Amino acid sequence: MPEAAVAGNGAEAKMRVWRGDASGGEFRDYSVPLEEGMVVLDVIHSIQAMHAGDLAVRWNCKAGKCGSCSAEVNGKPRLMCMTRMNTFEPGETITVSPIKTFPLIRDLVTDVSYNYEKAKSVPPFKPKPKEADGTRRMYQEDIDRVQEFHKCIECFLCQNVCHVIRDHDDNKPSFAGPRFFVRVASLEMHPLDTDDRLEFLRKEAGLGFCNITKCCTEVCPENIKITDNSIIPLKERVVTRFYDPIARLLGALGGKRS
Amino acid sequence: MSSIAIDSKRTLRQDTWWLEPMLVVLGLGCFALYSTWAALQNGDYYAAPYLSPFYSPCLAINCAHVSVPLFGEWYNWSPAILILWIPGGFRLTCYYYRKAYYRSFFWSPPACAVKDAASSYSGETRFPFILQNIHRYFFWASLPILAFLWWDAIIAFNFGGSFGIGLGTLVLIANAALLSLYSFSCHSCRHLCGGGLNSFKAAPGRFKLWGIVTKLNEKHMQIAWVSLVWVGLTDAYVRLVATGVIQDLRII
Repeated sequence: MPEAAVAGNGAEAKMRVWRGDASGGEFRDYSVPLEEGMVVLDVIHSIQAMHAGDLAVRWNCKAGKCGSCSAEVNGKPRLMCMTRMNTFEPGETITVSPIKTFPLIRDLVTDVSYNYEKAKSVPPFKPKPKEADGTRRMYQEDIDRVQEFHKCIECFLCQNVCHVIRDHDDNKPSFAGPRFFVRVASLEMHPLDTDDRLEFLRKEAGLGFCNITKCCTEVCPENIKITDNSIIPLKERVVTRFYDPIARLLGALGGKRS
Repeated sequence: MSSIAIDSKRTLRQDTWWLEPMLVVLGLGCFALYSTWAALQNGDYYAAPYLSPFYSPCLAINCAHVSVPLFGEWYNWSPAILILWIPGGFRLTCYYYRKAYYRSFFWSPPACAVKDAASSYSGETRFPFILQNIHRYFFWASLPILAFLWWDAIIAFNFGGSFGIGLGTLVLIANAALLSLYSFSCHSCRHLCGGGLNSFKAAPGRFKLWGIVTKLNEKHMQIAWVSLVWVGLTDAYVRLVATGVIQDLRII
């Protein structure tokens, strides 16, 4: 373990934290004592306690489950509460900035309401009617596949890192983003769901904007294989429906939806 | 509107994010240059009993080793051109290679949380990138080519009518095996095997198949690189034997 992480040796964390709001701001340097086992969020709290009581940061569980403390640490989208200080070189100045894709409110806090608007656009779960005995049955092999998608904590790191909206603000109205492709996959692959969201995916959700560069998968703190298990399978379903005449013909002959 | 903190900078990342795209440019660039050169040679692609995979199946009557004589005497260009568009198209539209070249050649984006090079972006919603959707057709088209590559590997045991094994035999078998792994680990194959189903319970056979392909698919990137390098080395080996630069090592 690097020396910097050892408690009681006088080691300091050198931080460069973004301070400002929508009208402007700058990076400011802070130094705080480093204790063993600290994560970046602890250091931000120390800065609040010792140097900047007005430093704005959104956080809640400090256990990687609420998805509140998303930020960019040394330029990489991370949960601050899951980024241990002993992963950095001793003496290294660590940069903490707000997630870039969403409008800045103040310091490390951004307005993520874009995501809530997109959530509203996803057609909800539409279960098939109950069986004769009044129950609905699902089988383990069908549930295993969608279970992965339910791990999402809505930290929106995938939304933040996705270059479709991160670097091209004008795409926001026509692109739902990886988090909501995961959501749609969990519904489309659900054995009891009866709705059809392929047209929604192609048009309103803008699945075609995704060029599968996999950054969403790289930053997911829940290790959901967003690209391989949700986006690409959905793209393949869209291909079957809209770009594959042979599959369409076979589907018509078989009389079933894909 | 984006958060203003890092809007003006390409990235705040301090690691060597540029290394991976640079290596991909080098790797894919070298392969593209070598394979184009080899495909245009129209010679030294057969050293009995080995046929270079770049020229297999050889479809012209003028081939040094004819697989299927579909093109008559009039066809005098390289027979590789007749066939390479299929594996080339399969790789070009492959979900892994798309990631690799969008990042490395288009800088769209060059790495995660590093700004795109282009100021506007429409992804795969418009021509030409909307054509990526035909990937599964290239998958289907690759299957007969795989069959020919396996056939080439089998007849590589035949040294003038007698059974034998040369280093080239092993090279051709490994090539057919790696290209088969690459093809069957593809995301489209995974979908066609069972990914398109909403309920696996109703189709246990396809569920089992989907499970196998899923395991392979997790290694698709690694298989893509190994098979790419190996197919190039296979052509190089046959070419070196055909030109007499090296002699095939006979094991049996």
